[in-house]
Amino acid sequence: MSRPSDAQDRFADDGAVVNPRLGPLEWLRWGWRTLTSMRTALLLLLALAVAAVPGSLIPQNSSDPNGVIQYRQDNPGLAKVVDAIQGFDVYTSFWFSAIYLLLFISLIGCVVPRLKHHWRAMRKAPPRTPSRFTKLPASSSVQLPGLTVAEAVDAGERVLKGARYRTARYGDSVSAERGYLRETGNLLFHSALVGVLVAVFVGGGFTYTGQKILVTGDTFVNGQTQYDSLNPGRFFGDDSLAPYALKLDRLDVTYEQRNLDALGQPLDYTAHVTTTVPGQAPKDATIKVNSPLDVQGTSVFLLGNGYAPHITVRNADGSVAFSQTVPFRPTDSKMTSLGVVKVPDTTDEAKQIGMIGFLYPTAAERTDGSFVSIFPSVGTQSLLSMQVYVGDVGLDAGTPKNVYELDTAGMKQVMGIKDPLQLKVGETRTLPDGLGTVTLDGITRYAALDIHHDPSQGVVALFVALAVIGLIASLLIPRRRMWIKVREDGDGVLVEYAGLARGDDPGLVRAVAELERDHRAALPAAAREPAPV
Amino acid sequence: MNPLDSFSELLLISAIAVYLFAFIAFALDLARRSAESQARVDLVRRGSAATEAASGGTAVLVEAPPAPPAAAASTRRPAARTGIALLVVGVLLHLGAAVLRGVAAGRVPWANMYEFAMTGTLIMVVVYLVSLTRIDLRFLGSVISGFVVVLLGISTVSFHVAVSPLPPALQSYWLVLHVLVAMLGTGFFTLAAALSAAQLLQVRRGKRLGAGRGDRLRLLATIPDADRLENLAYRISVVGFILWTFTLIAGAIWANHAWGRYWGWDTKEVWTFIIWVVYAGYLHARATLGWRGTGSAWLNLIGYACILFNFGVVNVFFHGLHSYSGLPTGQ
Ligand code: HEM
Repeated sequence: MSRPSDAQDRFADDGAVVNPRLGPLEWLRWGWRTLTSMRTALLLLLALAVAAVPGSLIPQNSSDPNGVIQYRQDNPGLAKVVDAIQGFDVYTSFWFSAIYLLLFISLIGCVVPRLKHHWRAMRKAPPRTPSRFTKLPASSSVQLPGLTVAEAVDAGERVLKGARYRTARYGDSVSAERGYLRETGNLLFHSALVGVLVAVFVGGGFTYTGQKILVTGDTFVNGQTQYDSLNPGRFFGDDSLAPYALKLDRLDVTYEQRNLDALGQPLDYTAHVTTTVPGQAPKDATIKVNSPLDVQGTSVFLLGNGYAPHITVRNADGSVAFSQTVPFRPTDSKMTSLGVVKVPDTTDEAKQIGMIGFLYPTAAERTDGSFVSIFPSVGTQSLLSMQVYVGDVGLDAGTPKNVYELDTAGMKQVMGIKDPLQLKVGETRTLPDGLGTVTLDGITRYAALDIHHDPSQGVVALFVALAVIGLIASLLIPRRRMWIKVREDGDGVLVEYAGLARGDDPGLVRAVAELERDHRAALPAAAREPAPV
Repeated sequence: MNPLDSFSELLLISAIAVYLFAFIAFALDLARRSAESQARVDLVRRGSAATEAASGGTAVLVEAPPAPPAAAASTRRPAARTGIALLVVGVLLHLGAAVLRGVAAGRVPWANMYEFAMTGTLIMVVVYLVSLTRIDLRFLGSVISGFVVVLLGISTVSFHVAVSPLPPALQSYWLVLHVLVAMLGTGFFTLAAALSAAQLLQVRRGKRLGAGRGDRLRLLATIPDADRLENLAYRISVVGFILWTFTLIAGAIWANHAWGRYWGWDTKEVWTFIIWVVYAGYLHARATLGWRGTGSAWLNLIGYACILFNFGVVNVFFHGLHSYSGLPTGQ
């Protein structure tokens, strides 16, 4: 067979034999042997692959929360079933975890005895020389004149040592073995996988990730209340957040303007920021999509951006009721953006103003009178179109509300689909019913930042690197045994060479031929050529 | 349309045509192999009949003995040689198409599905041609060229998108590396899958012959036996597996730069992982009693099916951060 390997002999499926009358201890031992058998490892690997599939078919809370919400709305009945089997969190579900935990227990149970075995094998001398070389997969022989047996054997041992074989002499023969690194690599690979898993798990406890929408000109201070959302790890404490401040000075976005096939496609996002660490002078820096900013052990990523119109609402008497920059959410590639303005009125709940606005960065009117954005950058053609409601906007209820949503139930629409409130930059319009005026002062950009702290990354990377080194060694280093046997023959000697592969070894025959060549090259010149027959 | 891109498409279509002729040439070679093998059976029959007559005894009629691989290799195969020559011409046209597309876009030509299919198949053919210099795999010529024709045909018809600049999230050296290594790995896995399929056919044939039934696919007598096919498939998948491991890691590093996490179980990440695990299963199967041989060959094919699924289905129909096919999505 093509792959003789001691690992395989030792860990073949010896656990599969079931004896009906076993004591609890024997059962335990049987269970352990079965779990750590090669066949179980294979089945668990395949089970892991299969178990990973549903997570790609059903939206996951971790990677696609909006998809989950959508899915619940579209298939309420099915969603219950999916929930019951933790289908929206496949990769943290009990069944997925069970599979990989079993796999890793099996892995450890498999690697530990192999480590012991390999340790011993590495210190043992290569095995005795076989008596008949012709049975081996690769062999050759040559008769050399004018040479003593001892000379030939010495030269053979030198050559094999030079080729980094471990050698032992048995009588007039040399036995040699190389490629222990193959098994070493294999063990390193499997152990490193355990390392990766542990590092990810333990390290995950010390991580935190937070999201922040930062409007141009604003400053973010790294503190728990400053985040729009924060996902701390298990070991997160109050002192986990490194103190620093980050100001967004400018966000540059370039769009394709010449290639008509890709008009308006974003080419580059660059956020220019100033960071301030306590006790140090402020520093200027940039953040791009593929190059986060590292500051105080955190990485700041630029994950998105959008427009934030500055809107001022004045009461009928001219006093300012609201003046804020409101981040809008982009809804398409031309940056048509959706946002909600909630104007509190402390005196009368029934007279609070809520507005749902569409921002068209470069507006064009359709034939039916509606608008579309035809290019994503803002300018004189930008248009803000809003529906205006009066009533309770829900600011006082105390429950956190989605900032992009306005619950219009129980509110009265005063400007709507047919006669929306339309504003260009710098314009002011009057609201009906003496509600006052609305001004669009300007439009700035905001950056959607993700801030991460993951101290385990280096450790994970280290184990991954070890795993790769181990894998390459284990897959590409040939492990083989070689023998040279010499006996007296006429006025010279007969030298026999042979090789045996352990594991897959495409180069065995060539290796034996090279051994013969090198051995002869190492002999005195007169002895190199075979005796003429 | 960008004029360079039009020219690139023209070159690509010419390449497809040349590959089609290569396919025909290789198919002729296979037909000839069948005929040769038939002739050999006849020869053996006649031979044994003669012995029978001479000895007056009852000689056993032998079926075609599996040709020693050396004999198959040394046979001059004019049709296969034509096929290889055509493949080389096709590769040059194909390379021209990819380079022009890259020049037209001002970046590497593997940023959307169309380009990925174009460059990926190019690498597939190159991997095959390079392997030919070391092992006699001419019997796979028709499978490889036919497969490439189909893939390229589909992608020019349904995946073609105009040249567009790279969106910021894709502007990274890790994209260059990650996708390049993925395509290389796929090239090796393609060869390995073809070999495993041949191995399964060879095993079936062995069973038929063992059961004393007739030989349906005589050309199999001219290709290596199941054991050798299995070894070849293994050696080639090993290279593919190492490359796929790098794909996975480079992808994780890139994700870490672009999205701020190295692993998030995004659909595309899930499938890259599944493929990796299935191939790890394949490598294990080769060392597991009861799975060696046919079982592991099937796993190799399942792994390859996952690769095709990942490219053809996940890219187009699944929703995820990696929606980079460049095709309009129906949201
Ligand atoms: C996380 C799960 C595992 C993964 C991803 C994995 C992956 C791999 C890979 C890629 C190889 C091929 C590289 C090589 O030949 O060294 C391999 C080989 C091997 N694995 Fe695993 N493995 C896993 C678990 C296990 C377990 C649980 C066992 C023990 C039962 C095991 C035993 C072996 C053995 C004996 C080999 C060498 C087979 C040969 O000679 O080719 N592995 N493994």
